[in-house]
Amino acid sequence: MTSIPSPSSRVLPLLRQIGGTVVTLFVTFLGLLMVTFFISNVIPVDPVLSILGERATEAQMDEARERLGLNEPLWKQFGIYVNNTLHGDLGTSVRTREPVLEEVAQRFPATLELATLATILGVLLGVPAGVIAATKPGSFFDQSTRLIGLMGYSMPVFWLGLMGLLLFYGQLEWVGGPGRLDALYQMSYDFEINQYTGMILLDTALNNRWDMFANAFSHIILPAGILAYISMAYISRMTRSFMMNELGQEYITTARVKGMPERRVIWVHALKNVMVPLITVIALSYAYLLEGAVLTETIFAWPGLGSYITDALMVADMPAVLGGTVVVGIAYIGLNMLSDLLYRLVDPRARV
Amino acid sequence: MSTLITWLRDPNPASRMQSRLGQSYLSWLRLRRNALAMIGLTISLALIFIAIFAPILAPHDPITQELSRRLLPPGTPGNVLGTDDFGRDILSRILYGSRITLYIVMLVILTAPVVGLIIGTVAGYFGGWVDTVLMRITDIFLAFPKLILALALVAVLGPGMVNAVLAIALTSWPPYARVARAETLTVRNSDYIAAVKLQGAGPIRIIWGHVIPMCLPSVIIRVTLDMAGVILTAAGLGFLGLGVQPPLPEWGLMISAGRKFLFEQWWVATMPGLAIFIVSLGFNLLGDGLRDVLDPKSASK
Repeated sequence: MTSIPSPSSRVLPLLRQIGGTVVTLFVTFLGLLMVTFFISNVIPVDPVLSILGERATEAQMDEARERLGLNEPLWKQFGIYVNNTLHGDLGTSVRTREPVLEEVAQRFPATLELATLATILGVLLGVPAGVIAATKPGSFFDQSTRLIGLMGYSMPVFWLGLMGLLLFYGQLEWVGGPGRLDALYQMSYDFEINQYTGMILLDTALNNRWDMFANAFSHIILPAGILAYISMAYISRMTRSFMMNELGQEYITTARVKGMPERRVIWVHALKNVMVPLITVIALSYAYLLEGAVLTETIFAWPGLGSYITDALMVADMPAVLGGTVVVGIAYIGLNMLSDLLYRLVDPRARV
Repeated sequence: MSTLITWLRDPNPASRMQSRLGQSYLSWLRLRRNALAMIGLTISLALIFIAIFAPILAPHDPITQELSRRLLPPGTPGNVLGTDDFGRDILSRILYGSRITLYIVMLVILTAPVVGLIIGTVAGYFGGWVDTVLMRITDIFLAFPKLILALALVAVLGPGMVNAVLAIALTSWPPYARVARAETLTVRNSDYIAAVKLQGAGPIRIIWGHVIPMCLPSVIIRVTLDMAGVILTAAGLGFLGLGVQPPLPEWGLMISAGRKFLFEQWWVATMPGLAIFIVSLGFNLLGDGLRDVLDPKSASK
């Protein structure tokens, strides 16, 4: 006896799952803060000293300690820290005396632009490569995508960046060098243009400045291409294995027996089902790129979050380092959860 | 020789050791057919060989400076791969650098998988709230961006090789815990575990003697595949000046030193990068082949 499920009985489990996801999200977020809090409290540097300098009087130091809550027990300090973070207060950079959140917000679009373009390129190249490799396993194409992918896993991204600069900028002069724009364009971007998003490609397009768009593109294509290569290695490998799995299913045999053109069987029927697990893979590689951008940004003088963190590291500006870490961590957790939710929404089997 | 092979291939092994060695021999035969995996194995063995015999193989001292011979291009007699800005022979520095790389990799693979294995098997075996708590902690560490966590840790602990190893190990145990837990769940309720339990064995004995051995193959595959990642992370930390300190010939550090004159003296940054690339590729090829051999489920058909 199967009864027709009422709409509410279908919605409720989904809601409960979303509720569970939100709880998990919050616990993970707390864990993230616990780790950064632990790190910041292990430092043997007195935060008061770094704020006030060495000439402060004892009374000033005590007052500052009181104000920062450093006299409270550790668990209470952690509570203050969580509360501050939830209210968007990530502390003040020791180097610039600016709020970390503002600085991070300024740098984030550059990283987002780079990672997004890289992911788009990675998907456009990786998915077809994986599908073709799966349809002809063992072929020359399959072997070479596998080897090219493994090579991507084996190269230090900062070295690949240097080699790219050496070849495409130094020797061939095909692309722009480090930075997001040529110096001249950078001036006019800073002063003449409406900065809607902070992402130069979008802003210049919205302002109809196609000359500047072309210049920005010549600067972003090399770092984005290098990151795309690494995400392509991962995406094509996963696509191949999902696709191999799908092509062995009975509905594929049925479709073939019905006389459906092979191209349609593969690119429409099988790929549609492969897209479901692929969403997770793409979200994961996107999150990975946000982080992989750290080393790439230092090579290409890209003023994003990654170079913000490494610059702060060099001068031991811990509030900036940890603030940046928390933001990347939140983006990372968020993308993981989003992929999880999307997966459940798209794949009915995962809803049970 | 042929008697040894017959002994190994005996379909009715007389002892447990004979059966295990026989299985390993069959795996080896399968691995040997995979050309790429054999290339990987050769590279990995070469790394170990070079690390051991670096003082004999290297034509120069890796640290002594010779400023009259600075920035010589590759192919110079006596300096096959050229010299760096202090006149040190790049080939010798790369050969000695293999020791540092191998040392870091060994330290990490002796700590992270062990921690992960213990946490994963304990969580899987006991289940319940132990499982929930341990896996939640694992998930938190998994949710962290690895390189950035390592960066923050080294920033606090101070730069240096040991701290770099610690940071890499602290960020790379969670996947092992996941793998070990999954394997433990599949064997936890099997009859032979129940039999051992009835004989009066305690949890420690069961986990150590009967659960962990079952997890080892999957963990070993992961270790091989992870080694390249460890090398790349260590090189990244070195590149940022947070890992091994000068004047030690660490490969990432050497790339960062060559960055200043990338366009004029390209070889200073290029050569150590090639070394990293070759060694990582070797480990990746070997790990890929091992997975196909030891784990038939994921073998490419």
